[in-house]
Amino acid sequence: MEANTRSTGRLPAAFLTPGSSSFMDFLSEHAPEQLPGNRPLPPVKGAVEAPHGTTIVAVTFPGGVVLAGDRRATMGNMIAQRDIEKVFPADEYSAVGIAGTAGLAVEMVRLFQLELEHFEKVEGAQLSLEGKANRLSTMIRGNLGMAMQGLAVIPLFAGYDVGRDRGRIFSYDVTGGRSEEQGFAAVGSGSVFARGSLKKLHRDDLSEQQAATVVVQALYDAADDDSATGGPDLVRRIYPVVTVITEDGFRRLTEEEVAEIARSVHDGRLQSPNGPQAPVL
Amino acid sequence: MSTPFYVSPQQAMADRAEYARKGIARGRSVVVLQYADGIVFVAENPSRALHKVSEIYDRIAFAAVGKYNEFENLRIGGVRYADLRGYTYARTDVTARGLANVYAQTLGTIFSSAAEKPYEVELIVAEVGEGPEDDQIYRLPHDGSIVDEHGSVAVGGNSDQIGSYLEQRHRDGMALAEALKLAVGSLSRDSNGGERSLTADQLEVAVLDRTRPQQRKFKRVLGRQLSRLLEEGGTSASAGETSDGDSSGESSASEE
Repeated sequence: MEANTRSTGRLPAAFLTPGSSSFMDFLSEHAPEQLPGNRPLPPVKGAVEAPHGTTIVAVTFPGGVVLAGDRRATMGNMIAQRDIEKVFPADEYSAVGIAGTAGLAVEMVRLFQLELEHFEKVEGAQLSLEGKANRLSTMIRGNLGMAMQGLAVIPLFAGYDVGRDRGRIFSYDVTGGRSEEQGFAAVGSGSVFARGSLKKLHRDDLSEQQAATVVVQALYDAADDDSATGGPDLVRRIYPVVTVITEDGFRRLTEEEVAEIARSVHDGRLQSPNGPQAPVL
Repeated sequence: MSTPFYVSPQQAMADRAEYARKGIARGRSVVVLQYADGIVFVAENPSRALHKVSEIYDRIAFAAVGKYNEFENLRIGGVRYADLRGYTYARTDVTARGLANVYAQTLGTIFSSAAEKPYEVELIVAEVGEGPEDDQIYRLPHDGSIVDEHGSVAVGGNSDQIGSYLEQRHRDGMALAEALKLAVGSLSRDSNGGERSLTADQLEVAVLDRTRPQQRKFKRVLGRQLSRLLEEGGTSASAGETSDGDSSGESSASEE
């Protein structure tokens, strides 16, 4: 649906209707077929085969939050892609990582980024972190039909709350249910193992560098026990995507920075393959 | 029943044009200038919340004079148009030319439709390119025409006088502080030849800065940074605040 298709070339009325600051509201009025949740699905039996992204982890530290994801996408038993990226900046102060059907996830992230940017441009102010998290909820809920056919998308949303001066993490379920997580969170097929690892490694006084190391450890543990999660690939130089959000905004760690962390984690595992040990009592 | 008076089409259009021009001339002007690293927008606007200059997309900004509700409506329409186009195709497929065309069609249709009153607005749509030669500035008067501008342009009340003042003094490759000084100088001239002094509080300044690392090149120049730039340019304007170098806009100002 292009604006300029009418014979007069004039902006259609929907463009000039005052009121909504939401791009999704505008789309649903002007071009509903472009909304991801609005496409009718053909009836199919069983699950649809499509590449799935896997594990995303997040950890807060004083002054911010770290969000990271592994790089593997799988389709059944097969590795569909080794270097997929599943963690994206949502805007200046937040990021979103997505587990689930990769194609739908990427489209959802694109729409989510646009939704936040659109609001910011129209209103001249950013949405609150809660507001952003709620918008994401609505989008997940819109995908429920697909999710019931096996094409679920489960995000993990992390951001810096400018009003409260701290990093926050929100996790979601398939119906769009939202819950705030304290300290750390993980989603995706390897999340069970990642969460176990985070539970033992997370402390309240981590530095940014330590938090980045903790997420790489957790992803390593997830890859260790879950076939659908990829560990750091030192041979091909494919490392997890690690992002940090602080008062200064969103920053993705460079490949060299992550490579260094991954290598030190790897070296540590050469000594003790199960990773750092927690005290018994 | 009385028959309506006959009004010739020429007369009807002339009346509508005069109506729109009068509305536009009542407001304060906005000037837009190219400088070395991009395009700077300067408006006399005491309000901090109601903007005359706004971001449309990555490299595109919008400035307007006239009736607030009318140009605000057009601005939001433009943001929706740009975002929809970028979502449908790709971010690089959103261009100032396309947007200016849509605005021209919209303004032109409204202007010539007897059922609607003409919009009392004049718009500027500008896009910053990779280099100064790729910059585009379009001026859109109330009647739906498009004027492709280069270097400097002024719209609003007293725009002819301000425009010729700018044209005589603007040159390519000016530094930001220098361009800002020229813009403020042009805005502070009254139509009767007198001069007022404009302080940072009365100005709304924004830039499309091609050197910004972010994808979105639009940035408002506010508070301390604005006062510092005004002082650097050597104008009488100042907000009475002390300046200490911190923010990113400084880099573009110091490359003189």
